[in-house]
Amino acid sequence: MLPNIDYHDLPRAAQRLMAHRQASEAPTLPRRSFLKLAGAGGLALGTFPHLVMAQAAGQGASALKPTEQPSAFVQIASNGEVTVTINRLEFGQGVQTALPMILAEELDADWSLVRSRHGSNDGAYIDPSFGIHLTGGSNSIKNSFTQYRELGARARAMLLGAAAARWKVDVATLRTQAGTVLGPNGRKLSYGQLADAAMAQPVPEKITLKDPKDFRIIGRPTSRLDARAKSSGQQNFGIDIRLPGQLTAVVARPPVFGARLASLDDDAARAVKGVKAVLRVPLDSGAEGVAVVADGYWQATQGREALKLQWDTSAVEKVDSEKQLAQYRELAARPGPRKFDADMAPLGTAPRQLEAEFVFPYLAHAAMEPLNCTVQFSDDRAEVWTGSQCPGLDGAAVARVFGLKPEQVAVHVQMAGGGFGRRFAASSDFVVEACEIAKAARAAGLNAPVRTLWSREDDMRGGYYRPMHLHRARIGFDERGKVLAWDHVIVGQSITTGTVFEGFQIKDGIDRTATEGMRDPYPVPMRLTVHHPKLNVPVLWWRSVGSTHTAFVMETLIDEIARSTKQDPVAYRMDLFGDKHPRHRAALQMAVDKSGYGKTRLPAGRAFGVAVHESFQTVVAYVVEASLRDGRPVLHRVTAGVHCNLAVNPRTVEAQLQGAAVMGLSMCLPGAAITLKDGVVEQGNFDRFTVARMTDIPAFDVHIVPSAEPPTGMGEPGLPPLAPAFANAIAQLTGKPLRQLPFNIEGKS
Amino acid sequence: MKLTVNNREFAIDADPAMPLLWALRDVVGLTGTKFGCGAAQCGACTVHLDGQAVRSCITPISEAEGKKLITIEAATDGSDRVGAAVHAAWLKHDVAQCGYCQSGQIMSAIAFLKSQPRGKPPTSAEIDAAMDGNICRCGTYARIRAAVADAARTIA
Repeated sequence: MLPNIDYHDLPRAAQRLMAHRQASEAPTLPRRSFLKLAGAGGLALGTFPHLVMAQAAGQGASALKPTEQPSAFVQIASNGEVTVTINRLEFGQGVQTALPMILAEELDADWSLVRSRHGSNDGAYIDPSFGIHLTGGSNSIKNSFTQYRELGARARAMLLGAAAARWKVDVATLRTQAGTVLGPNGRKLSYGQLADAAMAQPVPEKITLKDPKDFRIIGRPTSRLDARAKSSGQQNFGIDIRLPGQLTAVVARPPVFGARLASLDDDAARAVKGVKAVLRVPLDSGAEGVAVVADGYWQATQGREALKLQWDTSAVEKVDSEKQLAQYRELAARPGPRKFDADMAPLGTAPRQLEAEFVFPYLAHAAMEPLNCTVQFSDDRAEVWTGSQCPGLDGAAVARVFGLKPEQVAVHVQMAGGGFGRRFAASSDFVVEACEIAKAARAAGLNAPVRTLWSREDDMRGGYYRPMHLHRARIGFDERGKVLAWDHVIVGQSITTGTVFEGFQIKDGIDRTATEGMRDPYPVPMRLTVHHPKLNVPVLWWRSVGSTHTAFVMETLIDEIARSTKQDPVAYRMDLFGDKHPRHRAALQMAVDKSGYGKTRLPAGRAFGVAVHESFQTVVAYVVEASLRDGRPVLHRVTAGVHCNLAVNPRTVEAQLQGAAVMGLSMCLPGAAITLKDGVVEQGNFDRFTVARMTDIPAFDVHIVPSAEPPTGMGEPGLPPLAPAFANAIAQLTGKPLRQLPFNIEGKS
Repeated sequence: MKLTVNNREFAIDADPAMPLLWALRDVVGLTGTKFGCGAAQCGACTVHLDGQAVRSCITPISEAEGKKLITIEAATDGSDRVGAAVHAAWLKHDVAQCGYCQSGQIMSAIAFLKSQPRGKPPTSAEIDAAMDGNICRCGTYARIRAAVADAARTIA
């Protein structure tokens, strides 16, 4: 969920974090032979946590480049099973299958024998471009494509070397075929038979990668490796961890972010059967709370309900959404730092004028698995089990809480039930909180692993939202739709201010995460002013980050200019793209061709809507069909054209497109907003915070533009253009543009 | 208190008001049934009680006493014809993304298909209505829709 950033800035930022937290020496990763046999569990890298901070520092973290560490990524068992360790969090996006596909391609493995597992905060599992552990910014495949190909190729070369030695033949006479080395005179050895000997082979420096035209795994629609486990209740997630003696904690958090406890009467709570301890603990944002530790979740929540608490909210700002909007409007009228500049003089003389205001609410990630983190620690070691997008940063935070060295911390990355950005916070908020609870529990005499589990309400009211935004636009254009001047203002909290990412995300007072997706690819003279008010509501990236709002603004305004000058919205966009944006053109043309747009006559009351947007280097175009049912917008059909370069697993590309589109649809539905009243979040569960359900779901038709270029990301880019395409279709029907999410026409209920 | 879970009997020493979900997860140790909302809003915790789909997060264990409780683990182990068809359809359509809600989705789908008269496959609108109580934040709905229709054809 990290937006487009300059990779080279990131190690610096991480270094600042190190200095901020706890520096340590940078040990080198011991060179290990690869291909460990199954059963040699003691060699599993996760049991040797190290380099946590060192790798976070990026440069010089390890004597070996990740591509030179096949041992950390591939294990081949004697029965031929190939286990690939992924350097990312799997939380639905499909990297748990796609990364093994990439490695298996170059390894020339038998796909039916390929398995997958999560990595840890070990230094081997950093993002090779970022230099820290990170699952975000739709970068997993983009940044690890070459890395995993090279890993596979190196492992294959070592297997070939072992076979050549065994048969005493020139390695050049050997070839591989789906998990087997083939030699002269019909000789063959399976990878499983060679695994042991291959361990002794040196890791080759130079390798030759396959010609992409020879790919037989990459590019083939492939079922997920976790499909069976996830369709039978067998898949374990972070919430399912059960360690011997494990206790469960729930936390009474203050009603306003950052508030503290005024008084606590825990007599009744302590009397609840199964409750082991009631603990005052420091929380995120300087707050204070009360953790109830019990045998299980139910007992803990019973204990929490029995607490008599009074909160002191006097020292913290109490945000009120209605007042906040008024403040944002006031701010929008003031001068501020500019992201883009252009001559605004034509605004006064342009023959056509358009003024618009857009409002976007706070949004909760609302992943289906409520936040949780399980912690076990001793005097010289801490282990954490959680679905983390950034186990290196989280591990450093764990070390800080316990006063341990980073290499004494293991973060076991767990399969996560969604995340959408929430599992990557620079504050490591829910991990730190769980550690504070475990620490307090031990101080209270409870020597047991503690799982801190959030209720849905805790999760939804816990902050770290997509920020609320106000956009204002004043556009002058001519009768042919040529934009002469576009004066634009964005008001919204900065996601990265005050975090380790501030240094490279904020330039001249403007957070890039707030403006990504503005203006480009349209060649319009835009002046873009940005205001970042500071408010007492924690904010965070949320699937597709800035494009969650900028795409809506850009694509509805462009559409409106086209419509108001009687131009076809597709032709108008194509004209603006010119020959400078071939991927935009290709994606849009694909969606148009497959949708019947411009050819099919839709039934009365139905209209097409179009939007196209690039985010995270992938372009997605939608042509949708929508109508109004009892005055309420209904989405019927979505035809997608996607340009993500080479599609590693087209089945996952389609799934991510559909999923992101559904999340984009969710943003449009009545009730899809987090609001605050007197500092208190008003929504706590799915009854008041709307997410799309089955009866909201359109028919999908997803088409991928063929390409052999190195792949770009797919986790997020499907989201941004959905809401504007839907809005544009409705505007076609009503003649009135929609300028608010969720849509502010609800119809009859 | 005795609970019959997946045709096995378990002696449960717990508050009768404890929701089935937590008895299953924290006491019996069957974690395939998921906690999503605790308020019967999302369907992740769906189990079958005497064949009926219920939200285990709000169903007290006292209500399950003397009844036959089936969870995702048993429903998809191949012993149940409809469960096997739904499980197979989920694999064929590669439905799961994060997978967290899928236990509940599958349990709702099985109960729905079992409630349908033989020889009359459900319409798309009927499938949508039957599955509307199960939230999938990853947005796998289109594939769920296809998988349920597919399973309905298999068992027809």
